[in-house]
Amino acid sequence: MVYTTKNRFVQVFLKNVLAWAASLLVIIPMLLVLINAFKADGETINMNLALPKQWIFTNFATVIEKGKLLRSFFNSMLYAGAGTLITVTCGAMAAFVFSRRRTKGMSLVYMYIVLGMVIPINYVTLTKTMLTLRLTNTALGIILLYMALQTPFTIFLIYGFVSKIPVELDEAAILDGCTSMQLYWKIIFPMLKSAIVTAGVLCFLNCWNEFMMPLYFLHSSEKWPMTLAVYNFFGQFEMKWNLICADVLLTCAPVIILYLACQKYIVGGQTAGAVKG
Amino acid sequence: MQKSKVYPWYFAIGSILVYTVLSVVPGILGIGYSLTDWSAYSKEIHFVGFQNFLTVFSGQNDYLKYISNTLWFTLVTSVLKTVLGLLFAVALSRNIKWKNFHRGILYLPSVLPILVTGLVFTSILNPKTGFLNQFFRAVGLPAMARKWLVDPKIAFGSVMSVDIWRGVGYIMTLLIAGILAIPDIYYEAAAIDGANAWQRFRYITLPMLRQTLAVTIVLNVIYGLKVFDMVYALTNGGPGHRTEVLYTAVYKMMSKGLYAEGTTISSVLFIFMVIIGYYMVKILTKDEVVE
Repeated sequence: MVYTTKNRFVQVFLKNVLAWAASLLVIIPMLLVLINAFKADGETINMNLALPKQWIFTNFATVIEKGKLLRSFFNSMLYAGAGTLITVTCGAMAAFVFSRRRTKGMSLVYMYIVLGMVIPINYVTLTKTMLTLRLTNTALGIILLYMALQTPFTIFLIYGFVSKIPVELDEAAILDGCTSMQLYWKIIFPMLKSAIVTAGVLCFLNCWNEFMMPLYFLHSSEKWPMTLAVYNFFGQFEMKWNLICADVLLTCAPVIILYLACQKYIVGGQTAGAVKG
Repeated sequence: MQKSKVYPWYFAIGSILVYTVLSVVPGILGIGYSLTDWSAYSKEIHFVGFQNFLTVFSGQNDYLKYISNTLWFTLVTSVLKTVLGLLFAVALSRNIKWKNFHRGILYLPSVLPILVTGLVFTSILNPKTGFLNQFFRAVGLPAMARKWLVDPKIAFGSVMSVDIWRGVGYIMTLLIAGILAIPDIYYEAAAIDGANAWQRFRYITLPMLRQTLAVTIVLNVIYGLKVFDMVYALTNGGPGHRTEVLYTAVYKMMSKGLYAEGTTISSVLFIFMVIIGYYMVKILTKDEVVE
């Protein structure tokens, strides 16, 4: 009996050591960015965890002005916001149809879309497609690209939730004289709300963090989103890590706020696809 | 109730259209263009058959090296993210103080922009001024201070380590959800039978996690084969081409105007992933197919 208690104590102890070591390994780089964002110009030649001699809050104003972050912020908001809205609106309606009509043909189309979670983009020929459609270097182009990227996972996620809504509801609604539009918007959509919020939050995160599409398809700097702006800023101010850290914080802040506010949805959505009872 | 009327196909048309035109069509077009000599230097495009594929697979111009780098990156990061993720998941699933704090912290890097994570680590891993080497010198281990991203021998290992740092929390989170879905009653029965911690893990947790583990491996492989942001930010393929992966190579070919070469490499990846993609999608959608 004594042996098992001791054994148990060692186990719990080791578990805690592991957990704290791992958490510290994640926290330290983040703390590094946070602290150095407030330092004076010469102080960040060596990036370390020493507190700033003087807290320079104006770093953020400098960065916003020099990096033209305000415009990039609104660009990111537009691309991620509009991209999410259109992806989720269209995706949820598609998922509804795929989930309800499980004929051979429809299942094939569903598989074809879900395959999009796997297949890679051919950026070389996509450039040609974008040029042909006159979408290169336009906001609409980038929004549609985000939609193309995010649609497969969005449909995959919502599909699972639709199948939990009983079909009897549809039948009752149709008997009462609903059209399919009314059935979807008045009955199904409200019941899918939490699934749609989940899909939306994940979609927004991915669009906000997207770097490759803007790199290929947005050539003028006034159209850049935050990720591209921060990369460019890094190139310009390579030695001024205090400013880069401030820029990094501003780029990550919306994502971190969204993460803290919607942790339940984010974790729930990402695990819903992977773990099924 | 007539299903085709109640659930009309045009509900799905927006998604299908955009996805097809901007994701599938370029992929298929790309296979066509990889049979040509398309480049920025000539207006005419000629059919050259399988010439480009021969060039890739004959080992000229390091192309095979980019493919093997990508596969190597995928293998190492997938295995380590899964093993470490499993270790953290087991530690943080039950009976530990502050578990939500630890879980939240470990998950955080996977919601941040990958590019930004890469940029921050170029500072941390800087040989002279970086935090990591300063730390090693301060604790009296100056031999551990290395040129992390510059030394050709360890650069790729450094890139992979940063990517594991970023991605392990996500895998852990999936596995925790999987572990919490295992009914307590199995563990209680095992405890009555006198099973120790290792036996409970080996004979209950591991077999019950099979489906979740399969999904995490699929997600890791998909991510690994398509990696770009992390490598681009940390080394951009250097030193030399030591850390060059497919997507960074394609980006360089694009900017050099070597369109045929770029689309050929992309097509190799496309064809490969469509073939394995079928099985991957089967794993991802497994329970739905059974229904």
